Amino acid sequence: MKTDKVQSSSEGSFTSNGAPRVFTVEHLNTLIRNLRDQGYAVIGPVVQDAAIVYDEISSSEDLPIGWIDTQSNASYRLTKRAAKTLFNFTVGPQSWKKYLHKPSVRILEAEKNGNEFAVNDAQPPAKKQAFLGVRACELHAIAIQDRVLLGGPYVDPIYAELRTNTLIVAVNCEKAGGTCFCASMGTGPRAEHGYDLALTEIRESDHHYFLIETGSALGATVLAGLPAEVASESDIQAANRVIATATHQMGRKVDMSEMKEILYRNTENPRWQDIASRCMSCANCTLVCPTCFCTTIEDTTDLRGTRAERWRKWDSCFTMEFSYIHGGSIRTSPGTRYRQWLTHKFGSWGDQFGSAGCVGCGRCITWCPVGIDVTEELKAIRDSELVEAGSIKSKE
Amino acid sequence: METLERYVAEHPFFAGMSEKHIQLIVGCASNVKYDAGQQIDRAGMEANTFFLVRQGRVAVEIVNPTSGPITIQTVGDGDVLGWSWLFPPYIHHFDSKALDLTRAIALDGKCLRQKCDADHELGYELFKRFAQIMEQRIASTRLQLMDLYK
Amino acid sequence: MTTQSVQSAVGAPDLNPMLPQTFRVRKVINDTYDTFTLELTPSHGGAEVSFRPGQFNMLYLYGVGEVPISISGDPSRGNVLVHTTRAVGTVTKVMSKLKVGDLIGVRGPYGTAWPVEEAVGNDVVIIAGGIGLAPLRPALYHILSHRTKYGKVVLLYGTRTPSDILYRKDLEQLRSRFDLEVHVTVDRAMGTWRGNVGVVTNLIPKAPFDPTNTVAMVCGPEIMMRFTVLGLQKRGVALDSIYLSLERNMKCAVGFCGHCQFGPLFVCKDGPVFRYGQVREFLNKREI
Repeated sequence: MKTDKVQSSSEGSFTSNGAPRVFTVEHLNTLIRNLRDQGYAVIGPVVQDAAIVYDEISSSEDLPIGWIDTQSNASYRLTKRAAKTLFNFTVGPQSWKKYLHKPSVRILEAEKNGNEFAVNDAQPPAKKQAFLGVRACELHAIAIQDRVLLGGPYVDPIYAELRTNTLIVAVNCEKAGGTCFCASMGTGPRAEHGYDLALTEIRESDHHYFLIETGSALGATVLAGLPAEVASESDIQAANRVIATATHQMGRKVDMSEMKEILYRNTENPRWQDIASRCMSCANCTLVCPTCFCTTIEDTTDLRGTRAERWRKWDSCFTMEFSYIHGGSIRTSPGTRYRQWLTHKFGSWGDQFGSAGCVGCGRCITWCPVGIDVTEELKAIRDSELVEAGSIKSKE
Repeated sequence: METLERYVAEHPFFAGMSEKHIQLIVGCASNVKYDAGQQIDRAGMEANTFFLVRQGRVAVEIVNPTSGPITIQTVGDGDVLGWSWLFPPYIHHFDSKALDLTRAIALDGKCLRQKCDADHELGYELFKRFAQIMEQRIASTRLQLMDLYK
Repeated sequence: MTTQSVQSAVGAPDLNPMLPQTFRVRKVINDTYDTFTLELTPSHGGAEVSFRPGQFNMLYLYGVGEVPISISGDPSRGNVLVHTTRAVGTVTKVMSKLKVGDLIGVRGPYGTAWPVEEAVGNDVVIIAGGIGLAPLRPALYHILSHRTKYGKVVLLYGTRTPSDILYRKDLEQLRSRFDLEVHVTVDRAMGTWRGNVGVVTNLIPKAPFDPTNTVAMVCGPEIMMRFTVLGLQKRGVALDSIYLSLERNMKCAVGFCGHCQFGPLFVCKDGPVFRYGQVREFLNKREI
């Protein structure tokens, strides 16, 4: 598998690929049109069912113009404003894994002929797709899934095929969502790598334009087709101010120092039971999470029994079946299932893949129907050790 | 008698016991032999013996009237067998039967009890060892009850 | 025959790791009332199959599903895959109905192996509980075919009742060897059974191996393995010389599906065979 190809389109840093450029807001449409002309399905944020989700777009008119989101624990609201902003919102319930590590994929089909059967893994060739509006946290999430599904010893060929056919246009966040904590996770709000192009939407006085940075040779080729000028120092300063605003707005954080050790030490912490009394095991957090990669397999046959298929579908460690072996499930209580999820995200993921499994996007906080906040739960577990240490001290 | 004494002294069950106590124990000991298939003890009978199996194999059984004897445990070379003689009313709870030709040292329960009453240190040393055997047996029984391989 | 050549046959990295190859059932052995052994050969001939003792394959039944099953055959028999399974789930129950000549899908071999190389020069004690004997059998085959490289070799096997004893004929043959000590025990038996009764851990104190120079390979239910480790520890076997094989739910066997996680470990790719030290921290914790 050519994982190098994936990485080459994701390499590059903030300024290593030439000076940032600027182009007017009208030319975003030129970018979209150019990409479509080059055979890319352009996928970007759109408003559907009172939320901003990702879907194919044909022009910048399809973007959530003027829409802003307000998020907090178990709450997501959209409002439309007069200002014709294009990206003045943060992440919604969907993530790009919908297009890379798809919710449902047929991985095999088998044909039966008498007593014989033959298995075939042919996939339809992946079409080129361009993601428009990928946030810094999501770039990190994609990089994390790359490590899981391409990092070996085995490579997922379905993911690899989609990934190598994906062009990424990032957008820097101009505000922090109510549940965001990327700054503390080191995953945002500035898009630093993993993109082909990165935009910053700048609105100053009457001036509405984009600063565009190049993250790969492919990005540079796409940029060459745009009427963009070299950015001035003041444009760069303006873009920096936009991102700084998002950083300063961020209200939540996770202290990751020794987090793994703390979680491993606290497998019996009563907090898990406390969380279990609130958690509904609904699996929303795992479905909205941009890094959750777990899947299950479903086997189907047609009515005549001559054709069978194997489907891979998103799964969740919050279900009982997830850990089932002969005799019963390993994680029978909601508390231990939540513990597994949180410990994986903030602890064991590091041992497995060299980074946290969380990018601080806040989706699990917003979309948890009872508003469980991972940042709060992690803090409670961390602080319970301080309380214990303190009480030991006071006894001395 | 000398080989008997040496066997008792070297048996892991008595490891760490003083020479004096070994002598007291040997005073209650005798050599016994059971042929394959021979009954050693029966449930309900007076329990008066504690065996150190030297060689062979003994089955501890319980009899179910409808399905016949069920083997609960087997003991073999170097194992110890029997503690019903320790506690009143000194009655066997289970049957025991030699599966193979079995040679053992039989320690007379009454004799040991008298010596333990007279010398509490000996009693403590013996009970310490029996407690360990009981702990092992109860752990094994619990695992058997688990029906782990179901 | 190397491991390399199997991988080119069934699990090469450049192939789709989710794509099974078809094998044909060559022989079916009904080991016990609920356990059966399948001997499989590649349906299109050609490629030899090879694996390391302790590894497993994913076996696919057309239209029914796929299950991880350890390989229980002799690793030096390059032309056949042997799998012993209990008919307890949807897939394995259908699998138990397979007949000679039927097709089955195979992906693998996957996972880590028993430390048969590391154990060279040492005594080896193999401790199996129930169906746990199946993944240990290839290690025993390997050791016996390189017998002079090892010190004393002991097999301790515990199972439910005399009628649950796996590979009975094999065990009887092995018991007659002078260079191998085999002890079998059952949890319960009627009076007609003349063998041992009691848990397998009871066999550890008297088993003839030198604890300071022994590698232990253990497979069985997790509780049995925990007690076995205690027994080995009591006997003086170094914890780092104890190896266990774990079981967890598995959908993919290649680290993608996430189901088999055990703390930071993926049982499919980091295991199933683990050095005790790798799993010690999590083995006694509940619902990990």
